[in-house]
Amino acid sequence: MSLASLAPLAVVLPILGAAVTFLLLRQERAQRIVSVGVLALTLALESALLASVWGGGTVAVPIGGWMPPWGITLVVDQFSSLMLVVSSAVSLAVLVYAAAQGIADGDKDGPISVFHPSFLILVAGVSDAFLAGDLFNLYVGFEMLLTASYVLLTLGGTTARIRAGVTYVVVSVVSSLLFLVAIAMVYAATGTVNMADLAVKLGQLAPDTQVLLHVMLLIGFGIKAAVFPLSFWLPDSYPTAPAPVTAVFAGLLTKVGVYAFVRTETLLFPGELLNVPLMVVALLTMVVGILGALAQTDLKRLLSFTLVSHIGYMVFGLAMSSVIGLAATVFYVMHHITVQTSLFLVAGLIERRAGSASIDRLGGLAKLSPLLALLYFIPAMNLAGIPPLSGFLGKLGLVQAGVALGTPMALAVVVAGVVVSLLTLLAMARVWGRAFWRSTDDAENPDPALLAPARASSMPRAMVGATAGLVGLGLALSVFAGPLFQVSQEAAKEMLDRTPYVTAVLGPQGAALLGAQQPAAQSPASQPFSQSPASQPPGPQGTVRP
Amino acid sequence: MSPNATLLIISGVLFACGIYLLLERSLTRVLLGLLMLTNGANLLLLTTGGYSGLAPFFAKGTDAGAYSDPLPQAFVLTSIVISFAVTAFMLALIYRTWQLGRADEVADDLEDRRVAAQSGWVAEDDADVPADLSEFPSVEEAAAADWEALHSGPREKAYARDADETAEEGDPE
Repeated sequence: MSLASLAPLAVVLPILGAAVTFLLLRQERAQRIVSVGVLALTLALESALLASVWGGGTVAVPIGGWMPPWGITLVVDQFSSLMLVVSSAVSLAVLVYAAAQGIADGDKDGPISVFHPSFLILVAGVSDAFLAGDLFNLYVGFEMLLTASYVLLTLGGTTARIRAGVTYVVVSVVSSLLFLVAIAMVYAATGTVNMADLAVKLGQLAPDTQVLLHVMLLIGFGIKAAVFPLSFWLPDSYPTAPAPVTAVFAGLLTKVGVYAFVRTETLLFPGELLNVPLMVVALLTMVVGILGALAQTDLKRLLSFTLVSHIGYMVFGLAMSSVIGLAATVFYVMHHITVQTSLFLVAGLIERRAGSASIDRLGGLAKLSPLLALLYFIPAMNLAGIPPLSGFLGKLGLVQAGVALGTPMALAVVVAGVVVSLLTLLAMARVWGRAFWRSTDDAENPDPALLAPARASSMPRAMVGATAGLVGLGLALSVFAGPLFQVSQEAAKEMLDRTPYVTAVLGPQGAALLGAQQPAAQSPASQPFSQSPASQPPGPQGTVRP
Repeated sequence: MSPNATLLIISGVLFACGIYLLLERSLTRVLLGLLMLTNGANLLLLTTGGYSGLAPFFAKGTDAGAYSDPLPQAFVLTSIVISFAVTAFMLALIYRTWQLGRADEVADDLEDRRVAAQSGWVAEDDADVPADLSEFPSVEEAAAADWEALHSGPREKAYARDADETAEEGDPE
C-alpha cells in the first residue's frame, strides 16, 4: 500500500464533486465552496503523488483487483504526475476566476449553474487521460473531458456559441471515432489494449501494420492536439466561449492530445520511422499558426492562433526521440499550459474593463489600468521567449536538442522555431502597442466602457488575484527551472527506456519480453480468449484457468 | 481469428455513407452521418472479437476457447452510451440553431470572413512615414531655437536670472 494507490482519487474526487454540485444546482454559494474545495483537495493529492515519484519511479494501480493486461490500470510516473499537478493548479485558478466572475455578474443566467458540475467533470476527464494505462481508458478520459467541454463551450446558447459549438462537437466526435477505429484495429492485431502489453506486442507485428496503426492513432490525437493541418477547428471555436472556459480549454485540452502523442511516440511506437514527417508537421504548425495570429485583430482569436503555433514546438521536441528533446517537450508543455491560460484570463479581464477584445478598439490601457498591463506583459514576454523566463528556457532546450541531432530537417525546424518566436514577439508587441501603449484617442470606435472611469465590478479582486496567481506560477516555473528541467529529463529518460513503465505494469516478466522482443512468442489471436474469470483471485499474468 | 466478412462490409458501407453525409452543410444530415460513422465503428469493434461463441461467464466450466471474447462487447457498450449522449447533445444544438436562425445549416464565422476580406495594408502600421529630417539642420540654428524657447512662454520668469547673467557676459554666440 503506497501513496500512489490513491491515484484513482484524482479522478473520483472531481466526479463526486460534480455530483454534489449538481445536487446544489440553485445554490451558487454552496456550489462554489464545494468545487473549489474539491479541486484544492485533488491538487494536494496530486502534489503528494508527484512527490512520491519525484526523481524516478513508476507505479501501476490495477483497478478492482483485475491484474494487467486485462483489467483497467492507472499508471503514475513522473510525466503523468507533473501533468496532473500543473493541470489541477491551472484549473483551480480558472475556477476561482470563474466563481469571482459569477459573483460579480450576479449569476443571472440560469444555465450558468451547470458550469461547476461540467467543469469538475472536465477536470476528472483530464486526470483520467493523464493516468490511463490502457488505450480504451484513454478514450473514455477523452470522452469525459470532451462531453463536458461541449456543455461549457455552448453555455448560454447564444448564436455565436451555438455556431462555434456545432463545429467543435462535430470535429471532436470525428476525432474520437478515428481513435476508436484505431483501438479496434490495435485490438484486432494484438488482442490487447493495455499500453504496456502493447509496447511488447506491437513490435512483433509486420512493419506495414505498425505504420498503419501508428498513423491512425496520430491522426486521432492530432485533431485533439490541433496539429497542422488538423488545427483549423480551434481558432474558429475557442474564442466565442466565456473567458474562463476558453482559458481552461487552451491550457488543458490540446495538451491532453500532446500527452497522448508523447505516449504513442515513446511507449507504443518507439522507432524513428515517422520522425521526419513529424518534424515537417511541427514546422508547418508553428509557421501557419503564427501567420494566422498576425492577421487577427480580436485578442482571443489571436491568442488561439498562437496556441496552435506553439503546439509545433512540443511536437518538434517529441520528434527528435532524444532525451534532451523530450525533456524540453515535457518542460514546454508545463510552461505553455500556465502561460497560455494566464493570457486568456487577462484577455477576459481586458474585455471586462474595456468592453471589447478587438485590439483596434482598445487603447491607453497601460495608463488606465497599470496592473492589467503588468499582468499581460509578463506572460506575453514569457510566451515569446524573452531570456530569463521559462519560455526561453524551453525553446533553448529544443534548439540545443535540434543542433545536437544535426540533421538538415532538425536544423530547418530550429531556424523556423527561432523565427516563429520572433513573430510571436511581434504579435504580442502589436497587442501591447495597440491596446496598452497608444493613447485612447487613437482607438477606433472605442467602447464607452474604455473611456468611463473604472467601476469596482469591472475588475473584481478575486479575478485579478486568480490571474496574478497564475502569472506567478509561470514565473515560478522560470525560477525553479533548474530542478524542473532535471525532473523533465528524468521523465524523458524513463519514457524512452520503456522498461520502468512495462515493469511497473506487467512485472519483470513483461520487461523480459520487451527486452527479448521475440516474434510470435504468443499467438496474438489466441490472446483474447485466455481470460481468467472474475471469480479467480488475481494472479500474475493469468497463468491459471478454471 | 476469422473475422465476419458481412459485418466488415456493412461497417465499410456505413463509413462511406457517414463520411459523405458529414460533408453536407445541413446539420441534420451531419448528425445522421455521425450516427452512421459511430455504428460503423461499433461494428468494427465487435468484429475484432473474433468468431461468435457462447455467452461469456454464463455457465461454470465452459472451455475458455468456446465463448466469445467479452472485451470488445464491453468496448461497444461504452461507445454506444457515449454516442447516445453526444447525439442527444447534437440534437439540442440543432434545435437551438433552428430556434435562433430558422436555419438547419452550419453558419459562417463572421469574424473569420472579416479577417479574410480585410486588406493586408493597415494605415497605422504601413503608411509611408516621411523620412525623419532633423528638425534643426544646423547647430547654430538649434542653439538659437533653444535660446528662443528659454525666453518665451511660462518658463520665462524662471529663467530670467540666467538670461540676465548671460546678457552681462555678452552675446551667447
